[in-house]
Amino acid sequence: MSVDAATVRRIAHLARIAVTEPEIPHLQGELNAMLAFVEQLSEVNVEGVEPMTSVTPMEMKKRADVVNDGEIADDVVRNAPETQDHFFLVPKVVE
Amino acid sequence: MTDLTSLTIAQAKAGLASKSFTSLELTDAHLSAIEAARALNAFVLETPDQARAMARKADADIARGDGGPLAGIPLGIKDLFATRDVRTTACSKILGNFVPPYESTVTSQLWRDGAVMLGKLNNDEFAMGSSNETSCFGPVVNPWRREGSNTTLVPGGSSGGSASAVAALLCMGATATDTGGSIRQPAAFTATVGIKPTYGRCSRWGIVAFASSLDQAGPIARTTRDAAILMRSMAGHDPKDTTSVDRPVPDYEAAIGKSVKGMKIGIPKEYRLDGMPAEIEKLWTEGAAWLKAAGAELVEVSLPHTKYALPAYYIVAPAEASSNLARYDGVRYGLRVPGRSIGEMYENTRAEGFGPEVRRRVMIGTYVLSAGYYDAYYLRAQKVRTLIKKDFEDCFAKGVNAILTPATPSAAFGIGEKGADPVEMYLNDIFTVTVNMAGLPGIAIPAGKDSQGLPLGLQLIGRPFDEETLFSLGEVIEQEAGRFTPAKWW
Repeated sequence: MSVDAATVRRIAHLARIAVTEPEIPHLQGELNAMLAFVEQLSEVNVEGVEPMTSVTPMEMKKRADVVNDGEIADDVVRNAPETQDHFFLVPKVVE
Repeated sequence: MTDLTSLTIAQAKAGLASKSFTSLELTDAHLSAIEAARALNAFVLETPDQARAMARKADADIARGDGGPLAGIPLGIKDLFATRDVRTTACSKILGNFVPPYESTVTSQLWRDGAVMLGKLNNDEFAMGSSNETSCFGPVVNPWRREGSNTTLVPGGSSGGSASAVAALLCMGATATDTGGSIRQPAAFTATVGIKPTYGRCSRWGIVAFASSLDQAGPIARTTRDAAILMRSMAGHDPKDTTSVDRPVPDYEAAIGKSVKGMKIGIPKEYRLDGMPAEIEKLWTEGAAWLKAAGAELVEVSLPHTKYALPAYYIVAPAEASSNLARYDGVRYGLRVPGRSIGEMYENTRAEGFGPEVRRRVMIGTYVLSAGYYDAYYLRAQKVRTLIKKDFEDCFAKGVNAILTPATPSAAFGIGEKGADPVEMYLNDIFTVTVNMAGLPGIAIPAGKDSQGLPLGLQLIGRPFDEETLFSLGEVIEQEAGRFTPAKWW
């Protein structure tokens, strides 16, 4: 399988990465090189094989449903590019 | 005092205990070495004030007789580990000036045991790379050079800063992480010892995530014993990481020098690649002979799905990365590039903040997880991963204690030499990536040099949670091969 220019634009949008038109052919070439490389997996017989979900066999641990952290709003917003009164600020989303 | 930097951790511990020198002296010697080695670009942030404060505290603890197992030992920390109040960037522009208000579990355990932080070490951006050339701080230089040549070589990656700093005697040991070979390949390129523990052995909490089902932290050190000493402090259960395993941490150092008599060592025929350099082949045979002479039994084994590990990795790892890196959106931390809408702000931020390798992997990951392609790529790769793991299980079920392979298909290469074709760079991890796919422990041990005088390493792969056997076998190789130190030119 290989991707065309339109697919590259669609993937970039899904990944929320802006790409400019002149970058498309180069990206398309790189993505297709990777897809060609992974193509060899199609020759493996995976009939009846379970997909791996956990590499170390273990029971999923659950923690107690209790409040064990908090009151650290200053820490939470301390690295944010724009904040106001412990809120993250973003460009307007609702007119 | 400069020779203080050439001590091993084991020797430094003895020297501190006998009051031959203080941690402050040891730390100052390393800080001077770091300052004199800026040409290597191994450190992205030096923390001398913090280092001296920690050293003074260690000296006081030692004087009182309650120094921890790593009291006063100066270490370097890969910039993927969150360090409280100390800038942590994963060597990506998108994390900019991120200053974590928390400490990763692994580093907090090192400080609990008395270690001293010298600074943060360079790595490939988000640990995506095999040469440390994708870092936003620029490439790291390998302290090793080809004989009679001034060409600057890569230290490998992604833990290139860790490997380079340990090899160049800038720190006594370093933390590192390994998703496809990022501890073992740089260790092999710099004649250092690097171990990727079993998945779940070390907590991933507070380590910048790349591919969560593959990432593991581990140490890089100058000897097998030093790696064992560091491992004991880094490992352990952490309730904050649900994949961290709740089982006791053994005294890994006790495994050093233990007899390997009667152990069964598998030699996998699938690792004998077409066109493999004769030097690598020779090193492998030599390593096998050393283990045999120490009483181990060599058996040929088969791991039939080996060749599919790398392609499966390049689906699984980017898929997980695309999901993990979705958090970098310019809202809660790091870089923000404005846009007319919130969507445009996300897209501009991520275009500006991610380097080309990261962008490529996030895009391929997005593609293989997208509607209509999930089954063909991602699900198939996860099935192949089950088969890769089964290969190892079958092998261990036959009584094999560990598997011996080369660590890398070549010695270190020049900066800028590879990379035009991304797949060519990926082939660096061909011998190491299977171990991550199967969640097993793997150690790289310096074993010899190539004809140009560059170090080469061997890899030992162990049963789950049997790091101790790897330390015992690694020590045998180290005793036979000797230690390798680069000539100082920087």
